[in-house]
Amino acid sequence: MKTKKSGFKGFLKKLYMYRAFLLMLAPAVIYTLIFAYYPMTGIVMAFKKYNYAGGIWGSPWNGFENFKFFFLSGQAGLVTRNTVLYNALFIAVNTIAQIAAAILLTEIHNKYFRKITQSLMFLPYFISWVIVGVMAFNIFSSDYGFLNRILTFFGKEKVSFYTTPEVWPFILLFFSVWKGIGYGSVMYLAAIMGIDTSIYEAAKIDGANVFQRIFKVTIPMIMPTTVILLLLSVGGIFKGNFDMFYNLVGGNGLLYNYTDVIDTLTFRALISSNDFGMSAAVGLYQSVLCFVTILLVNKLVGLYDKDYTLF
Amino acid sequence: MSRFKYSNKIKTGSDVIALNVIAYVFLGLLALFCLAPFIMIVSGSFSSEKAIIENGFSFLPQDFSLEAYKTVFKEPYVVFRAYATTIVLTAVGTVVGLLLQTMTAYVLSRKDFEWRNAFSFFFYFTTLFSGGLVPYYILITRTLNLRDNYLALLLPLIFSVYNLLIMKSYIKALPDSLIEAAKIDGCGEFRTLFEIVFPLIKPALATVGLFIALAYWNDWYNAMLYIKSEEKYPLQYFLYQKVNNIEAYKKLLSNSAASSVAGSVTLPTQSLKMALTIVVTGPIVLAYPIVQKYFVQGITIGALKG
Repeated sequence: MKTKKSGFKGFLKKLYMYRAFLLMLAPAVIYTLIFAYYPMTGIVMAFKKYNYAGGIWGSPWNGFENFKFFFLSGQAGLVTRNTVLYNALFIAVNTIAQIAAAILLTEIHNKYFRKITQSLMFLPYFISWVIVGVMAFNIFSSDYGFLNRILTFFGKEKVSFYTTPEVWPFILLFFSVWKGIGYGSVMYLAAIMGIDTSIYEAAKIDGANVFQRIFKVTIPMIMPTTVILLLLSVGGIFKGNFDMFYNLVGGNGLLYNYTDVIDTLTFRALISSNDFGMSAAVGLYQSVLCFVTILLVNKLVGLYDKDYTLF
Repeated sequence: MSRFKYSNKIKTGSDVIALNVIAYVFLGLLALFCLAPFIMIVSGSFSSEKAIIENGFSFLPQDFSLEAYKTVFKEPYVVFRAYATTIVLTAVGTVVGLLLQTMTAYVLSRKDFEWRNAFSFFFYFTTLFSGGLVPYYILITRTLNLRDNYLALLLPLIFSVYNLLIMKSYIKALPDSLIEAAKIDGCGEFRTLFEIVFPLIKPALATVGLFIALAYWNDWYNAMLYIKSEEKYPLQYFLYQKVNNIEAYKKLLSNSAASSVAGSVTLPTQSLKMALTIVVTGPIVLAYPIVQKYFVQGITIGALKG
């Protein structure tokens, strides 16, 4: 701007100058105020004893009562542990599987094989978790499941997967990899495509074999992307994938010790037990944890490479 | 695209052969592993109920039967109604959502808009902190009073900051001179957006449009929270309900067949679940080869921009 006007008059002038921009922004701003900022004020419910007549503002305060129950009942520890461990497991295995798939895809020279495998790997990304729930039933159902069919074929006892909590980390990991591999490998593929080919030429002239090329060139070169993607996933470590846990486990209380995450607990407290106060408290606890983690992660990203910081 | 060419080499080294073997085997197995659950549902839907009960699910149809599909289409209108709900929601949501996201992204990417950073932060902050499920639930059900209203399915997914960021990075990549030229020619902001920017960002519109469409198509969560009347269920929640309450669904099907209550006993259960899943999933899987390209584009952009 040529002349920097200060004060209210300058502000009004800009308001007029930007009228088209502001008009274009208005719907999204109003939407965000209603659907994102207004609910933020609802966090006061975490400190209230909610009743329907009083609503958010009219219900009486009850201090930290809602949190007290959540923490003293041991649920806080359980769901936080489950959420963090599941996410750590998913992040580690998915990152390795996706990078391996991306590197191997670039090594395939048969165009049709590459196209078909990539398409098939991407297919699970498109379907809803409801359908994944049906698939899990096909494989793991005690009576009709494919896995038990195989176990009986080999003369083994049938396993009742839906009443055996210990197997669920593996089942959930299986579907996490299954659904994410196509999407994730594309991101790493993009990073590999960005590597300067002359580096490979040089490695080749120096007598590097393909494995050395992968471990000494490709992997170090995609490290920046890997670190950024890793840190971004770590930023969401306190967010459980509700879609996944709810469709695969659902209301199966027998499995909760191994499968209950923060998001499923919040949901149950709200919908099944109608305990608005505690549900809001758990939600607030999660929001704060997420917020702090993202700030920390952003700081780490900044230390690693300033260009990639989120804000 | 493959990045390495070996054709000009006289002899392929053993390391290359070894890697190729690993690549073909690993990716081949991975692809099969991704496809297998789909095949199992298809084969289950074409199997007879008796075979499933006796042997369990398998990769090939056992005792080939169309009974399950015939059962689903005894009451085709319940499925079609769910389809219609989802198609209308997806269409409206995608068009309005795209318009909303593009318009916002356009303003935020204009360098001559001094307040763009403040507004960007205003949107971005909502991805960092949220009120959580309960306040949102109360907003929809009490403050806005949208329980059992289609708007409760439409509004939550219509605007997303992630899509906004993808869109913004596309529009930012357009040359500034283009917009300046339009401005010099006396083109207003709205005209610049609709007549100059829109045609140039067709790939972005396709990608973001598909992201929005997929979110609507696969949504069951908002329906579970806010929709009570069965006739308003969108497709995925319809499937969820029927698969989880298959007996109730069988009752509905047998009543329509004008048979006795005992009629529901003779209807298939497991194969019916599978057939219903196929009826719900089939069309999206068939459309998949066409849309996949745009997703790959979008993810690549998203990956580069974070």
